[in-house]
Amino acid sequence: MQTAISIRQAVKRYGPITALHGVSMDIADNEFFTLLGPSGCGKTTLLRMLAGFEDVTEGEIHLFGERIASLPPEKRPVNTVFQQYALFPHLTVLENVAFGLKMKGVPLSDRNARAGKMLELVHLSGFADRKPSQLSGGQQQRVALARALAPQPKVLLLDEPLSALDLKLRQAMRVELKLLQEETGITFIFVTHDQEEALAMSDRIAVMSSGQVQQIGTPREIYEAPVNRFVADFIGETNLIEVDVDTVTDGQATVTLPGGHTVVCAAASNNSGRHALSIRPERVAITDHAPDLQATVERVIYLGTDLHLITRLDGGEPFSLRLQNASRVALPEPGARIGLKLEEGAARLLAD
Amino acid sequence: MAGAAPTPSPEAGGSDATYARLRRPLLAPTWTVIGVFLLLPVLLMVVYSFLTKEFRGGVEWDFTLAAYDQFFVTRGLFGDEPAQIEWTYITIFWRSIWQAGLATFLCLLIGFPTAWFIATRPEASRPIWLFLITIPYWVNLLIRTVSLRFILRDQGPMNDALIGLGVISQPLEILNTNLAVQLGLFYSYLPFMVLPIYAAVERYNFALSEAAADLGANRWRALFEVVLPVVRPGIVAGCILVFVPALGAFLAPDLLGGAKTFMIGSLIDEQFRGSQGNWPFGAAVSVILMTLVLIVLMIQARAAARAGQ
Repeated sequence: MQTAISIRQAVKRYGPITALHGVSMDIADNEFFTLLGPSGCGKTTLLRMLAGFEDVTEGEIHLFGERIASLPPEKRPVNTVFQQYALFPHLTVLENVAFGLKMKGVPLSDRNARAGKMLELVHLSGFADRKPSQLSGGQQQRVALARALAPQPKVLLLDEPLSALDLKLRQAMRVELKLLQEETGITFIFVTHDQEEALAMSDRIAVMSSGQVQQIGTPREIYEAPVNRFVADFIGETNLIEVDVDTVTDGQATVTLPGGHTVVCAAASNNSGRHALSIRPERVAITDHAPDLQATVERVIYLGTDLHLITRLDGGEPFSLRLQNASRVALPEPGARIGLKLEEGAARLLAD
Repeated sequence: MAGAAPTPSPEAGGSDATYARLRRPLLAPTWTVIGVFLLLPVLLMVVYSFLTKEFRGGVEWDFTLAAYDQFFVTRGLFGDEPAQIEWTYITIFWRSIWQAGLATFLCLLIGFPTAWFIATRPEASRPIWLFLITIPYWVNLLIRTVSLRFILRDQGPMNDALIGLGVISQPLEILNTNLAVQLGLFYSYLPFMVLPIYAAVERYNFALSEAAADLGANRWRALFEVVLPVVRPGIVAGCILVFVPALGAFLAPDLLGGAKTFMIGSLIDEQFRGSQGNWPFGAAVSVILMTLVLIVLMIQARAAARAGQ
């Protein structure tokens, strides 16, 4: 597959502060790629560097093989959907969408026709003559999308475009964005701090923190095979337990759990010693036969489809479980002692 | 609609009645101010413009169109020739419009970048810059204009400096020319341009400029396609605040200009001075000036209404 964007050792410094510490990644053509991380992790800085609003202190950025690090924003074949949309308040919806085409010198009738098509694509055909201030937040968001897509960019950059919408709209837009990306065949680079959003839409995700890339992978890889403590903790919910590594070879480790049982699990590195073991709460079952861990129930939270159990291991570590509410199992009472069985592949040894 | 006013409930009826009863007395101060300080003077001026001039200044209560006739029509030196258009006063008006327009343009040219500069400073330092802009205006306009006279005169500091620097060998004769009047107008009204534009630029969302660049606009196109249209209300307000007073200005043309730089303000001023004055004529010139200004404001208001749709 062709590489749309290749970032090599990109560094960004603001005076004494380093926002990005040598970030490298390759983003494939026609990919829905997400930069995910908490605020201040450098994801927006990286996106703004791709758009051309921030210069690159060190490193290289190539777009389809062409160096773009020194090009001003108006010369780059990428367009941005801004967080607060940044629609032009003095122009109508149609004029907003046609703006990029106007700058390219497309004649009026032609650009209006193309802008009209874009509005159709985002289901806003009837709103062409309105001003942005006359639209709802969700509609403004679609206009921003149509405006950025109209000049047919090679890459579309989306800076937390859903964060200003309410939950229902946000969930609907997730599906629509993904469909839009498949329909247009344009590479989408999506910035968000919302892991659920990232998992739902992305082909691949780059998890970032403190100006560094922690892990790049498909949603499934990120969730099921996190490489380190940060990724495991940031994506979804997890139990992190400190364990001793007995043996580790070729990504398989034998570790001793608190309580003395040993299990074999996948390992993110071949380092021995003491490391964090990540166990997803939904990959653990309650059992009476040969449990891997012993715990005391502290609290049972009923969530309808799920039961959330907050327990404490015999070693004193907190441990949470999610059980499906499918079988009419008897609910454990707070204070009850239970045995826990890790499902196949539930545990993963983290690098650090 | 969520924004619609709620229908008053029966319980609220009492307060509605109170409101209806108190509405007039509560609005009385407003109407008094508008009546005494706005409507009455304008009415007086309009009425006076139709009265007859008294010999030593003042008026006689004898309604006539003589003042307007004097403004627009000439019948020769002795009043016995066929009526022709009187160009003297129209020329003064034309010069005033031209001078005020030029001053507005120059104020915009200098004022916009100044306002932009201040509005893009860190928030903490903006009040300091605004303060610096306003300091000279603590001094009375008359004194500032007289000072400008001293600065511009042949042996003044400006000419001395230019000669000293070797830029010129002979002093520039600026005083008593249209250029001096223009400098006076420009200097007098510059802050009236800077402040409203500053207010508009400060509210400007700079993400719009990024969006314009992102969509392929270079700096100039972003300026003309996005920045200027968005901050237009501030620019229009500044232009009106400079153009209107500059049109009626009389200090700058009086103190810095000469006979050939006469403007409307000086013309009106002269009509109310001493026994040579002509009150009805002065009032008529004022009415014509006011009509002109109203026309400009109405054109602007209509354009704004169209743009706001």
